[in-house]
Amino acid sequence: MHNLNDEQSRVGTIDMVKKGLNRRHRKERRFRFFGCAAILISLSFLSLLLISIIFNGYTAFQQTVVRLDVLLDTDVIDKDDLADANYSKLIHNALLSISPDVTKHTDKRKLYGLVSISAAYILQDFVARNRDKIGTTIQIWVPADADVDMLMKGHIDLDKPESQRRIDERELAWVDQLVKRGQIKKVFNKTFFTAGDSREPELAGIRGAVCGSFYAIVITLSLSFPIGVAAAVYLEEFATKNRWTQIIEVNINNLAAVPSIVFGLLGLAVFLNFWGLPRSAPVVSGLVLALITLPSIIIGGRSSLREVPPSIREASFGIGASKIQMVAHHVLPQALPGMLSSTIIAMARALGETAPLLMIGMVAFIANIPAGFTDPSTVLPVQIFLWAGSPEKAFLEKASAAIMVLLIFLMVMNGMAVMLRKIFKKRQ
Amino acid sequence: MTSIHLLLTLWMLTVAGYFIGRSKAFSVCAAQGGPSALHSRPFYYGILTSIWCAVPALIVFSFWHFFQSTIIMDMVMADLPDQIRSLPDARLNLVVNDIKNIVSGNTVSVQISPAIQAAADHYKSLEMTAHTALGVIITAITMVAIAGICLKITPTLRARNHVEKIVEVLLIACAVLAVFTTIGIVLSVLYESIRFFKIVPVHKFLFGFEWSPQMAIHAEQIGSSGAFGVVPIIFGTMLIAGIAMCVAVPLGIMSAIYLSEYANGKFRRIVKPLLGILGSIPTVVYGFFAALVVAPAIKEAGDILGFSVSSASALAAGVVTGIMLIPFVGSLSDDAINAVPQSLRDGALSLGSTRSETIIHVVLPAALPGIVGGVLLAVSRAIGETMIVVMAAGLSAHLTANPFEAVTTVTVQIVSLLVGEQEFDSAKTLAAFALGLVLFVATLILNVVALTVVRKYRAHYA
Repeated sequence: MHNLNDEQSRVGTIDMVKKGLNRRHRKERRFRFFGCAAILISLSFLSLLLISIIFNGYTAFQQTVVRLDVLLDTDVIDKDDLADANYSKLIHNALLSISPDVTKHTDKRKLYGLVSISAAYILQDFVARNRDKIGTTIQIWVPADADVDMLMKGHIDLDKPESQRRIDERELAWVDQLVKRGQIKKVFNKTFFTAGDSREPELAGIRGAVCGSFYAIVITLSLSFPIGVAAAVYLEEFATKNRWTQIIEVNINNLAAVPSIVFGLLGLAVFLNFWGLPRSAPVVSGLVLALITLPSIIIGGRSSLREVPPSIREASFGIGASKIQMVAHHVLPQALPGMLSSTIIAMARALGETAPLLMIGMVAFIANIPAGFTDPSTVLPVQIFLWAGSPEKAFLEKASAAIMVLLIFLMVMNGMAVMLRKIFKKRQ
Repeated sequence: MTSIHLLLTLWMLTVAGYFIGRSKAFSVCAAQGGPSALHSRPFYYGILTSIWCAVPALIVFSFWHFFQSTIIMDMVMADLPDQIRSLPDARLNLVVNDIKNIVSGNTVSVQISPAIQAAADHYKSLEMTAHTALGVIITAITMVAIAGICLKITPTLRARNHVEKIVEVLLIACAVLAVFTTIGIVLSVLYESIRFFKIVPVHKFLFGFEWSPQMAIHAEQIGSSGAFGVVPIIFGTMLIAGIAMCVAVPLGIMSAIYLSEYANGKFRRIVKPLLGILGSIPTVVYGFFAALVVAPAIKEAGDILGFSVSSASALAAGVVTGIMLIPFVGSLSDDAINAVPQSLRDGALSLGSTRSETIIHVVLPAALPGIVGGVLLAVSRAIGETMIVVMAAGLSAHLTANPFEAVTTVTVQIVSLLVGEQEFDSAKTLAAFALGLVLFVATLILNVVALTVVRKYRAHYA
């Protein structure tokens, strides 16, 4: 009797389970789909981001140049005093020959605006190198103005009414004429890599920012790596567990999660106002970035020390080494690839850091290439921020291109970190 | 002699110290049968000498550098004519600045009075003397140190133990630096905040509903009320952090579940680093993306659907911050899920649960504390995020829950108050530090709670 009941109820359960099975399998598939979708959505965000940046910025690696036929008029250039000649006038004359019918002053100014203001300096350099050409007509390629550049790259919407775009019908006709005569072409934009910042988009480059970033990272690395490794070694190998080390540990973990802008406030209050270090200088940004990266280097360093097998320590003690000798000769070399790898990742993070650097005055417009650690300079991410805030489309293009350069740097660094970690794993 | 030259000299003396100490060690043991008679290896005698050569000199050098300009300036000021010295403090500060500018070779806006020019010359000559004196003192210190240590070097000198003691002290100093950083942050933020709270009372700051930091310079100036109520800013911060969490938490947790419970090894090895890229992209890039791609897209979508979206909306900034945090939430949840013992899953599966039932009813509840800890850390990150919101969220302090409007956050306000010209006595600049204090305290509390939760959970299964 009892047995039968049991049998019956079991059949009931099996039926119930079977009845619900389809529903449950559907649920299972749905759940699995959600997981897959989450990954797909995240990855599509990533590709959207990368594609939009590449699409916006790849054209910045090209620059439109215009060929001018310049008559090196002996009336304008005095052979004995090359520096004082009015080279802009020569450029203007050459431009006037494109459209001789221009007479009104405003139209003339527009025509002169087709090429970059740097044209005169390029001509001056040319004349200085080729004194014998004075008096003849020469052909010279000069950078076009940023607006013409944007037009040639197709970034200007010609369907918009004339008043809402930066190129009017008149200028359009001139450019068409230049195109027809083959006097305009796109070349590789060397300026972008060799120049500092500029108010003129066609003359702006990232060299100053890259140098600034380099100096800042040198300071950061030379401070935070030795200090970070030393702190990690102390906490992992020497410290006895007591309240003090506990405080230090909790402190380091918390510092790793403090918003970076707070470090910027610290830099402003201590390094600039209290110590009186110069504003906008790579030293100060290096110091601030060192403080930001220190906690993560310590944490990473400790975990790679922890992965060194204890047998190595015991063997080293066994042959009579002191504790410092054990660490310096045996444990540290083993842990070093792992430590370097986490340091590189921290440096990559520091290289992309912007907010704290705004606090210490890195936002100034600086056209010169910094030559040292105390020169006013900017860094690559801040340069991107400054260009991104500009209303001119030409600067947005430059910002995208600078982002590409920054991302390539970061990818190389992260790749190096992965490689080091592999070496580290292999050794064990 | 500039500081760089001094440091180079010091460096060379230190290196020389190493060789002198080492050769001294060789020579004292020569009679007793070579280096084996020494207590330590000759290397340690050299290092000991160079440490004693460098450290005291470096301490003197840094102290000197720290106080030199103040001391010299005091001496110069004391020699100034009486009519300048009796000026009020503010004017006196200008004079000091002028002198400093002349000394450093900057252009000075006003014409220089002969007295100030004389003072600047005096300053320069004093500086020269100080530098020479410093050079002499440092060289003397190193010489004395080398001589003293060399006298002490005997075969029984326990050089290695000395060196190791010093190295250990250095290691401790490095570890303690983290504590000093925290103290530095707290002191610098607190000091300026207290100055701010002397101008604006704490309760008006914490409970005020209006934020317009433009201080009136003249009493009748329009649009410069100088109200410092932090509520709308905190509200805006929370709105953006909330939107970010709506994006990051489901996407992060679901992708972590899929990667750790469903995906095979190959898929995991490829996708995990790809998601990791999202976390290693600099925030300024995200800001650019938010301001130039996402915000216009949202605005356009709003136009099509027929409601107005401001060009800098909370939604754009929030969504992009959320995207940035997906891998962060993901990897912390991944850790938590992986820490759940396999036996729990096996138990649930053997009872006939499907995989999703196992995950929902067994794995997730077991991993919940770790996941919650991770989410709290992500909230703290979202609150502290600066560049994305600076570039995409706007500046106006609205008290609104509408994600399509522009809001402002604590970090945006800090940046906009401190970038550009600053004078360090106005409430406007000091307000940034008060906001920094709020940000620091809020994220600190979140971090402490999150880290405690995570640690407790780890201990549970370990």
